[in-house]
Amino acid sequence: MKIKDSMSRKVFNVFNIVVLSLVTLSCVLPILHILALSLSDSTAAAAGKVSFYPINFSLEAYKYLIEKKDFFNSVGISVLRVVIGSVINMFLIVLTAYPLSKSSVNFKHRNKYMIFFAITMFIGGGLIPTYMVIKSLNLLNSFWVLILPGAVSIWNVIIMMNFFRGIPHAMEEAAAIDGASHWQILFQVFLPMSLPALASLLLFTMIGHWNSWFDGMFYMNSPEKYPMATFLATQIINNNKNITNMTPEQLAAMNALSDKSIRSSQLFLSIIPILIVYPFLQRFFIKGIVVGSVKE
Amino acid sequence: MKAKTKNDLYQAKALHIMLLPAVILTLIFAYLPLGGIVMAFQEFKPLMGFIDSKWVGFEQFAYIFSMPSFWNALRNTFIIAFFKITLSILVPLVLALLLNELIGQKFKRLVQTTIFIPYFFSWAILGGMIIEIFAYDGAINHFINLLGGESIPFLVSNDWFREIIIGTDVWKGMGYNTVLFLAAITNVDPTLYEAAMVDGAGRWKQLLKITIPCISGMVILLTILGLGGILNAGFEQIFILYNPIVEQTVDIIDTFVYRLGIISTQYSAAAAAGLFKSIVSMVFVGVSYWIAYKTTDYRVF
Repeated sequence: MKIKDSMSRKVFNVFNIVVLSLVTLSCVLPILHILALSLSDSTAAAAGKVSFYPINFSLEAYKYLIEKKDFFNSVGISVLRVVIGSVINMFLIVLTAYPLSKSSVNFKHRNKYMIFFAITMFIGGGLIPTYMVIKSLNLLNSFWVLILPGAVSIWNVIIMMNFFRGIPHAMEEAAAIDGASHWQILFQVFLPMSLPALASLLLFTMIGHWNSWFDGMFYMNSPEKYPMATFLATQIINNNKNITNMTPEQLAAMNALSDKSIRSSQLFLSIIPILIVYPFLQRFFIKGIVVGSVKE
Repeated sequence: MKAKTKNDLYQAKALHIMLLPAVILTLIFAYLPLGGIVMAFQEFKPLMGFIDSKWVGFEQFAYIFSMPSFWNALRNTFIIAFFKITLSILVPLVLALLLNELIGQKFKRLVQTTIFIPYFFSWAILGGMIIEIFAYDGAINHFINLLGGESIPFLVSNDWFREIIIGTDVWKGMGYNTVLFLAAITNVDPTLYEAAMVDGAGRWKQLLKITIPCISGMVILLTILGLGGILNAGFEQIFILYNPIVEQTVDIIDTFVYRLGIISTQYSAAAAAGLFKSIVSMVFVGVSYWIAYKTTDYRVF
């Protein structure tokens, strides 16, 4: 295999490394830029002097966030949402996937249930009717509106179902002969064998809850009930509303007034949990993708 | 044998009980709103509810079809979704092929790990970053100024904004499909390459005659399934980033429905527009799944 590389090959290799480095930088530099902005003195940030390292290092922005409390209040709601939401989601995924993983010979009504759930993947009521239902259930402005409407994620149920189907039948039969009920088979046989799938689904679910913002904005009337992502999103959206009838120069002036380093510190704080979790569990994510997309 | 059937019955009961919570939640949060669709055929007034509101047949549909902004939104939806779908396959495909040609495993892993990061960020976070970077006084314009150019109002320009929407979406998602394609490439039978080398085929020839044909099935499948979502141009991203000035080029059906229903409180007209979208996209998804099934034997369930 030690064939000497030709000239054109060498040129290609250099080109390849350059292109891939640029693509990689496009994912790193924005994060560095935000971090640098957040750690810079706000006048330096507004003057556009900051690139990828802090200018006139200052922790003022972070101090401000701690004193003002509203950002960390929204972070608290997000944490609560991630914990409670993920537990409920995972419980329902497991509980729903198990019966659906049976063949219709072993569970006569399996296909009817499957159709019942699958229909919701293809058609939904849409934004306005869903809002009316939530309203008539008195769920507006309640914490549970962030959890319950998305509690059954049928895509994840299908991923789990496919994983359960990969577990050898002999395991189940052996347990059944020993007199195990379905509950025992699920919790004592299937779940211990499904840890990789459970881990990746759990991580996707947690990140999904951490990142969701639209439901918070749509169903909550008071900003102090917003989860973190909604808090950030509404800041941007309110800013955008003011854009009409302004020249770019006026806009820039308005932007400079609202503090760049404070905005950046919020952004940076909200990606920290993802950046911490990500490198360690990257392997699970990749496994999760392969489990989810390569069916059969 | 009799005892066994009794046991089976008892067992099936456990399965029904397991499904019960999900069935109830699905009934409430998926099927009730589905019933709420009737408001598209009414002059719905929240105080009067679904029963007492006046029935108007297809009037709401005639109304939205008469709005030029509806057709503008529909056109934008197709354009934005089409470019997002195709580029979200092409860019990762090229990246995966380039990564596959790398010799250094460490660098390969570094690239793969890093380009996956934006995938996990919410549009609420990325929206903030994108605004910092593309703003009139943002990072890119400072760079342009350094090179002696004039600042470009990216975020309020109908010449640039749609491209930014498409570009940042492809950028956010590129790590996902790259990993998928790379997995497919590494699964190609290595003896094929060995045989090709014996026959004197170079890297370029191997790429064209072995790698690409071997993963083309997956590429076609992803494209077909992607095109099923042609009416989903990315509500969250556009809703966070757009503003009234760029509505002309990036307003999509979903943002149109939101403004009509929530801002102008024309609930029935908005529900009608939403229903129109649901039905058309159901047809697209159905057809794309059917084609995928016929051509590659792909099945979801």
